[in-house]
Amino acid sequence: MSGAGNLWAILTTPIIRQNPVTLQILGICSALAVTTSLDTALTLAISLTLVVVVSAGIVSVIRRHIPNAIRLIVQIIIVASLVIVVDQVLQAYFFELSQRLSVFVSLIATNCIVLGRTESFARSNPPVPAMVDALGSGLGYGLVLVLVGACRELFGTGRLLGWQVLPLADQGGWFTPLSLMLLAPSAFFLLGGLVWMVRSIWSEQAEAPDFPPHATGEDR
Amino acid sequence: MGDLGALFLRAMFAENMPLTYFLGLCTFLALSRRTDTAFGLGVAVIVVMGVTVPLNQLIYSAVLAPGAWDWAGMPDVDLSYLSLLTFIGVVAASVQLLEMVLERFLPGVQAAFGAFLPLLAIHCAILGGSLFMVERRYDLSEAAVYGLGSGAGFALAVVMLGAIRTRLAHADLPAGLRGLGIAFLLAGMMSLGFSSFAQMAAQ
Repeated sequence: MSGAGNLWAILTTPIIRQNPVTLQILGICSALAVTTSLDTALTLAISLTLVVVVSAGIVSVIRRHIPNAIRLIVQIIIVASLVIVVDQVLQAYFFELSQRLSVFVSLIATNCIVLGRTESFARSNPPVPAMVDALGSGLGYGLVLVLVGACRELFGTGRLLGWQVLPLADQGGWFTPLSLMLLAPSAFFLLGGLVWMVRSIWSEQAEAPDFPPHATGEDR
Repeated sequence: MGDLGALFLRAMFAENMPLTYFLGLCTFLALSRRTDTAFGLGVAVIVVMGVTVPLNQLIYSAVLAPGAWDWAGMPDVDLSYLSLLTFIGVVAASVQLLEMVLERFLPGVQAAFGAFLPLLAIHCAILGGSLFMVERRYDLSEAAVYGLGSGAGFALAVVMLGAIRTRLAHADLPAGLRGLGIAFLLAGMMSLGFSSFAQMAAQ
């Protein structure tokens, strides 16, 4: 029973409290460009979760056979091969979607989360906890991606997954789309706001100031 | 020549790697606390992109592209699905090689910029540059110009962000916004500024 509780803790910690994006600044590289709409964000989140879980499983199974000196190369090759498989499947069955994702599926290979999980956890743990840990990280990353994607699509076009949720002003409704939401800066602002929110709620995550202000004698 | 100049400017400003394509953000945010580290990172990115993008273009067009094996009597061979693995290998190998060459011949430069080189082996902007090069079918000279231009764009953005964050180090920010949060907001505002360059490229 304690084993199952332990696994549950491994799974849920990275989703919010140790979120790879908001706390560890990992893997945002490829994350933001695909968040202009919810469906691309969802696709990338699912692809990344698959890749990170399977690669953690494989690395963990062969962890005793990887020579220490070349372990990074072995891990990168495993990850890149899995990414190629995902990319080919997307091109074969979801061609239109894969065109919109452009190079960003391939860039999962350089996503710091994947290598971070295989390097820091899967390399020294048995397969089941390694895969659960990877699943947690993938879901935590996916959560941020889906939140940002949903915000941008909803306020940028009034739609969610292609369904018109907010009636547009030029079609007789009341909602005027904010075209800023479809441009690059909005992703930075949304993510900055999200980080601010998360770190205000769990204040132990806030970073210490570089130069602490002198005590002024007032209560802040 | 005019085309190549326009391509350079477009890669540097209008299609700035971190600010419009969000590539290389990990190092962009993590190493921009101080201007001098940001400058070192920027120079390293320019060099590595200037080398790897044309190199990958050569390899892609000679070995991997559909029809590249025509001369050997195998016109149907299409190895382009291997390009991702190849590019990662080429980038990692050239970073390693560059580090060794610098260590041997220019130890001063190595001491200043060497620390950033291993980070660039799996850097989204560098790999992304090679992948964009394939997607847009650049030839060799275009690839070289594109690599240098987007490297310069990355360097410009990271040095600017480093300068702004150095200024802000003494500011009294809300606790939750310190560090990562304010860096995102700054990057957003810089991105807003850079989006006006898109007009420049359209003309």
